[in-house]
Amino acid sequence: MSDRNLTFVRREMLPAREPPTNHFGIVKLLREKLFNNWLSALLTVASLIALVWIARSLSPWLFNSVWSANSLSECRQILGGAEGACLAVIRDRWTQLLFGFYPPAQYWRPVLAFVLMLVAMAPILFPPVPRRLLWFSAVFPGLAYWLIWGGTLWLPVSAYAGFTVGGIVLRLTTRLGSGVAVGLAFAGALAWWFLASGPVTTVLEQLLPLSLPAVTSREMGGFLLSIVIGVTGISLSLPLGIVLALGRRSTMPLVKTVSVVFIEFIRGVPLITLLFTASLLLNYFLPPGTNFDLILRVIIMVTLFATAYMAEVIRGGLAALPRGQYEAAEALGLDYWKAQRLVIMPQALKISIPGIVNSFIGLFKDTTLVVFIGLLDPIALSNSIRATTDWQGIYWELFIFIGGLFFIFCFSMSRYSMHLERRLKTDHR
Amino acid sequence: MAHAITFSTREPHRAFRLSMLLNDSRYRSYTIQIFVLMCLMLGIAWLVDNTVRNLALLGKDFSFSFLWSTAGYDINQRLINYDTQMTHGRAALVGLLNTVVLAVLSCALATIIGVAAGVLRLSGNPIVARLMTVYVEVFRNIPLLLWILVFGAIMSEAVPAPNAFKGENATASMIFGAVAITNRGVFVPEPLFTRDLGTLNLGIIQPSLSVVAIVVVVILCWLVHRALVRHAERVQSQTGIRPVTWWKTITVLSGPPLLLLWALGFHLGYPELRGFNFQGGLQLRNALIAMWLGLGIYTGAFIAENVRAGILAISKGQSEAAHALGLRPGKTMRLVILPQALRVIVPPLISQYLNITKNTSLGLAVGYMDLRSTFGGITINQTGRELEGMLLLMLIYLSLSLTISGSMNVYNARVGLKER
Repeated sequence: MSDRNLTFVRREMLPAREPPTNHFGIVKLLREKLFNNWLSALLTVASLIALVWIARSLSPWLFNSVWSANSLSECRQILGGAEGACLAVIRDRWTQLLFGFYPPAQYWRPVLAFVLMLVAMAPILFPPVPRRLLWFSAVFPGLAYWLIWGGTLWLPVSAYAGFTVGGIVLRLTTRLGSGVAVGLAFAGALAWWFLASGPVTTVLEQLLPLSLPAVTSREMGGFLLSIVIGVTGISLSLPLGIVLALGRRSTMPLVKTVSVVFIEFIRGVPLITLLFTASLLLNYFLPPGTNFDLILRVIIMVTLFATAYMAEVIRGGLAALPRGQYEAAEALGLDYWKAQRLVIMPQALKISIPGIVNSFIGLFKDTTLVVFIGLLDPIALSNSIRATTDWQGIYWELFIFIGGLFFIFCFSMSRYSMHLERRLKTDHR
Repeated sequence: MAHAITFSTREPHRAFRLSMLLNDSRYRSYTIQIFVLMCLMLGIAWLVDNTVRNLALLGKDFSFSFLWSTAGYDINQRLINYDTQMTHGRAALVGLLNTVVLAVLSCALATIIGVAAGVLRLSGNPIVARLMTVYVEVFRNIPLLLWILVFGAIMSEAVPAPNAFKGENATASMIFGAVAITNRGVFVPEPLFTRDLGTLNLGIIQPSLSVVAIVVVVILCWLVHRALVRHAERVQSQTGIRPVTWWKTITVLSGPPLLLLWALGFHLGYPELRGFNFQGGLQLRNALIAMWLGLGIYTGAFIAENVRAGILAISKGQSEAAHALGLRPGKTMRLVILPQALRVIVPPLISQYLNITKNTSLGLAVGYMDLRSTFGGITINQTGRELEGMLLLMLIYLSLSLTISGSMNVYNARVGLKER
């Protein structure tokens, strides 16, 4: 057959036709996704009804909101019987919800500490930020302590000097074997902290006074307190959790038993009982007459609690790692710590990122439990605001403010973990 | 010549030197362990010594005798007999039962919500899927304590008072004429028996004999049903034909219990408005409702994520293979997908149950009288026995948790992949 026998041969392409109307756009969406079977249709209708109902009941409340009033009764007067949110309480008390009873003239200190915290976290969280900033991350804890609690700058400086002493001892004794050297360095640092640190601080303070007005722990509250407890707990629980996870997988029966007992005990009791232990019982366990800061006690308990959970998450990551990785590290002649540092941990931690961030989020949310032992976290402050005559009977506005702030912190943490997972993804599945 | 070469696998014997304790991997672990043991014993000795000295300073002793002294406080929700003249030990038991009831109720609610939300989040329907995503993210990222307080505030502020149900132009009405949601609690019908069998005296607890009888009968029926199913399976594997069992199943499972209920004269007692409050029926206090909703809906968001992960973990090939074998969608789900997904879902599910059980201790926030509030709160405050009380409290919670995680291990061992 050739062209000659044909009466018609198309020489040019036809323009593409529009697809049938029920195959694209809103109709396709309706047909295939929203009303594809009776169950789906039912769910669509139900969710639409729910959405409309929520919007209709919330919108007058939100749009009629009153921003300037001095008390709930004034708010109600302005509204004149209509429904509306009295957001004036936020305007009136937001500083209290953020800082507790921190002296207002000193608000710049926690704010500065918070901003510096973001700077300190940047090189750890985002690799494009120059690594040289890491020295600031190391200095930050002492700086933040000085900014928030006040007192003399020489206290954190001499605490850091303890690390320097430890480092020098390590350098000097390293030829005695690594175990001995670490032990001696530890002893040196402890000796500095317990014997030399106090007098040195006093002397330096007299020579060159550098101090901020001291703020006691009693005055701290609100999100300042949540963030202090949460961030300290988070940054301490990760390294401790790694150690504990390694302890649980150790071949030494004693080390393993101790780790298992610790982890299972902490995970088996509610955090609230540990917090009560911190506030009621620690006085029994410490030498008579010692009494130290309640916030510090809470931080210790929260850290121990988070450590046990962290250890389990990391143990999961370690267990998920193929046996070949351990064998390969051994075959390369790496010793235990080098193998952990260079081969095992980078992979195990990568696998456990979602779990680690989940326990961070859990820890941050759990900081609200300190309300039960009388610390002024945001929830305790919302109760005390409600107890004043001006704002008696106000609930939802405070809950929305507190919940919203927690949501922002926790949601951004979970988003960051997703980003991290994507960034570290090296396999091509 | 190969046989002439000999290898010695034994290391040459070297004399023991002290430095080998640190440098030889054969001895190093003993050194470390002995060091750890010494530190541990020193630490424990230090703590015990401090405690003994502190107790002596305060003039206290260490004894649990306070458990047998009169409690003197009231507990507003009790599943077993309790009055103010009973002992602290009894109060602790009442609190423990309240904890367990709350935990069981919340686990059930969280499972239902979580499974539904997890499945719906995977549905192709964008509106439903988005809505479920919003639910999960909102509840997961806001502290549980805040949710409990929100539900507590809803129950005390946003629902009508009992007198709103009163009169000609009542502003509130009972749901189906049976359930009244008021700011004094939720009133639901209670089961009553006209021919009650009385109570069984077991010393500490006196369970209702009627309830015990019903439970026993239901369990027996279930066992008979299991035997029927097993028989049907045996017949099927021998002959290839499965006997019809559905009517037998229905008869066995519903017949005897219904007969028993009829014999006991089972009927519902409806709540009625008398004076300023509802009388009759079962009163579920606001604290219980707030805790139940808070724990259930909050944990449901976590369970939804576990369920979603479990279903996503089953590769598409599995369902395709099942279809290729000719299994219908229902059977594909029941025989192929679910057994595999459950293996992924159940361990985190049980750890969520564990969390619920521990989080019941937040009952204090809305005044729920659980173990933490009765024994860990009022008893400790009244008797001043912090040390003994907290130890006992932790031990009770620990044994609850270990029981649950023990059951998880049993389950894991049963469903775990049996390979190699």
